[in-house]
Amino acid sequence: MSFLDSLISGISLGSVYAIIALGYTMVYGIAKMLNFAHGDVIMVGAYICFFAVTRFNLPPLVGILVAVLLCTVLGITIEKLAYAPLRSAPSLAVLITAIGVSYFLQNAALLLWSPNPKVFPNFFILHGADGAEQTGLELGSLRISYVTLVTIVVCVVIMLVLTFFINNGKLGKAMRAVSEDKDAARLMGINVNTTISVTFAIGSGLAAIAGVLYMSAYPTLVPTTGSMPGIKAFTAAVFGGIGSIPGAFLGGLLLGVIEIFAKAYISTQLSDAVVFAVLIVVLLVKPSGLLGKVVREKV
Amino acid sequence: MKKALSLMLALVMVLALAACGGSSTDAGSSTPAETTTPAATESSTPAPAGAQVFKLGGTGPLTGGAAIYGQACANAAQIAVEEINAAGGNIQFELNYQDDAHDAEKAVNAYNTLKDWGMQISLGSVTSTPCVATSAETFSDRIFALTPSASSVAVIDGKDNQFQMCFTDPNQGSASAQYIADKGLATKVAVIWKNDDVYSKGIYDTFMAAAPGLGLEVVSDTTFQDGNDTNFSVQIADAQSKGAELVFLPMYYTPASLIFAQAKAAGYAPIWFGVDGMDGILTLEGFDTSLAEGVMLLTPFNADSDDQRTQNFVAKYQEKFGDIPNQFAADAYDCVYAYAQALEAANATADMSAEQLCDLMIGQFTSMNFDGLTGDGMSWDASGAVTKSPKGMVIQNGAYVGLD
Repeated sequence: MSFLDSLISGISLGSVYAIIALGYTMVYGIAKMLNFAHGDVIMVGAYICFFAVTRFNLPPLVGILVAVLLCTVLGITIEKLAYAPLRSAPSLAVLITAIGVSYFLQNAALLLWSPNPKVFPNFFILHGADGAEQTGLELGSLRISYVTLVTIVVCVVIMLVLTFFINNGKLGKAMRAVSEDKDAARLMGINVNTTISVTFAIGSGLAAIAGVLYMSAYPTLVPTTGSMPGIKAFTAAVFGGIGSIPGAFLGGLLLGVIEIFAKAYISTQLSDAVVFAVLIVVLLVKPSGLLGKVVREKV
Repeated sequence: MKKALSLMLALVMVLALAACGGSSTDAGSSTPAETTTPAATESSTPAPAGAQVFKLGGTGPLTGGAAIYGQACANAAQIAVEEINAAGGNIQFELNYQDDAHDAEKAVNAYNTLKDWGMQISLGSVTSTPCVATSAETFSDRIFALTPSASSVAVIDGKDNQFQMCFTDPNQGSASAQYIADKGLATKVAVIWKNDDVYSKGIYDTFMAAAPGLGLEVVSDTTFQDGNDTNFSVQIADAQSKGAELVFLPMYYTPASLIFAQAKAAGYAPIWFGVDGMDGILTLEGFDTSLAEGVMLLTPFNADSDDQRTQNFVAKYQEKFGDIPNQFAADAYDCVYAYAQALEAANATADMSAEQLCDLMIGQFTSMNFDGLTGDGMSWDASGAVTKSPKGMVIQNGAYVGLD
């Protein structure tokens, strides 16, 4: 496998990690909690889109919109039922609840949709002039799939929109305030609960988009689909500096590229060990991650 | 007030989900009112007078990620029991399948439930990891067990009363190498295997041991593991660049389906050769079966076979459970019939203890020949491993076609 091939392959894997990591990092950045159920919301989003398109024969775009809508509702529901009552509890309790929600979603999906894998349709196929299906661009011997291109573009767009949204406007300001100091924000008349709910709504909507793109690239859909990429994306978010939106993008891409290079040049058996060794080194040198903000603890 | 409301909402949600689950996961439970053991399947056909009713139990993943295998076995065993009971012979069964969620600890609990119920003979567990745990129990409790599908050697190793209906994993590896060499399919071979899975590793090890002696050159040897099983570009490129004519895939069909799709995108079309875990790829919902065109696999069961018994079984299974039965189902079906044959031949009676039956069954299984859906003239050696000939199968036009 040539260097460029590996690079493209790594970017295509990394773009998927990046888009999942965006949701993680956004929720963490504002609500200061690790939403371990994020990966499973991705899975739910993918299932909703799958059923919308294959069972109800909706066009893909409508299917994605339905998934985004329902996942947003799901995100708000989870937040209200599982996280909001623990607003003043220690962060460890919320973390454990998030893990509980993650298992709840996985098992509910097993009951509702059975463990049999489903193959997600590829929406990103162009028909060439001769009617042949094309799933990617061919540049000489190199090949980059449309899914990868779309994922990267969507990632960048989401990144820009989120950054703009958080830095401008009333709600964005409220989010930043809540992220800095919940109590002070409340004293300033900001509705902390609503702000956090909105954060979850956005995060879950992003999860649905991530789910569809992830499944378009790697189309086997099972109820546990979200759990491992969720963890990898979380790693990517930490790698890039959790809480930093550009950091999630960078971290995701790097993680994917390192993983593929480790497979291609070191060993397929050791690839995960290499990925996590790199993570440890990065965190040793730069504990807040590549683009993370250094927050001084005030004593 | 708000808290109470959200609590209520949560409860309603949970109940609604539970209700949905009950109706959509047809785990073959004919008694939905059974609230204490919701995952258990029992068939309770009244037995004719004078017949011997044996209590047959088994554990399997009726829920969880491996539920596809557990449900297949429970469903097929239920069909076999119903057929045997309806035929009204001397040997009648009462079947009890308990859920083990593919977890060793839960399997032992499920096994204890079965023991309390009075299980006399056992179908072991469906999947290997739980079966290793339950086989240690059935061994020390002197209950005879015949597992349909737990193929790990550890299940039967050193236990005189543990038998398998499926091949052991190592046999699949050497049989595959033998088959590839005998048919002259290729000389340059690549292997992609899952290095955190005993099933895949067991087959890989014996394949690698057998390959050099048969003139097969393994040019590419790559792995993947859980959480790393979506992007196979490196493995495919490695096999392709080293000129492998055949790629051996000792794995389940879920990752295989991704490999086929990614190899096609990369323009690589070797001969694909799978093992019994590949069985089921054609029923994968939404799978483009043209990707699996030409895939070869060794499997003891072919749902499209012309064999009359197989056709009856497939029709019945489809009618009752809506799916095409896989090899696991056929193995479980065979287990029940093998028991019926052995109990009949041994003149066993239902008032015998599990231990008496155990001795009789060991005697029968090591001496008898059994014709089932998964092979003719099956026999078992004292170790509990089965001897039957694997059938070569190839996928053509979206269906399995026998090669021999």
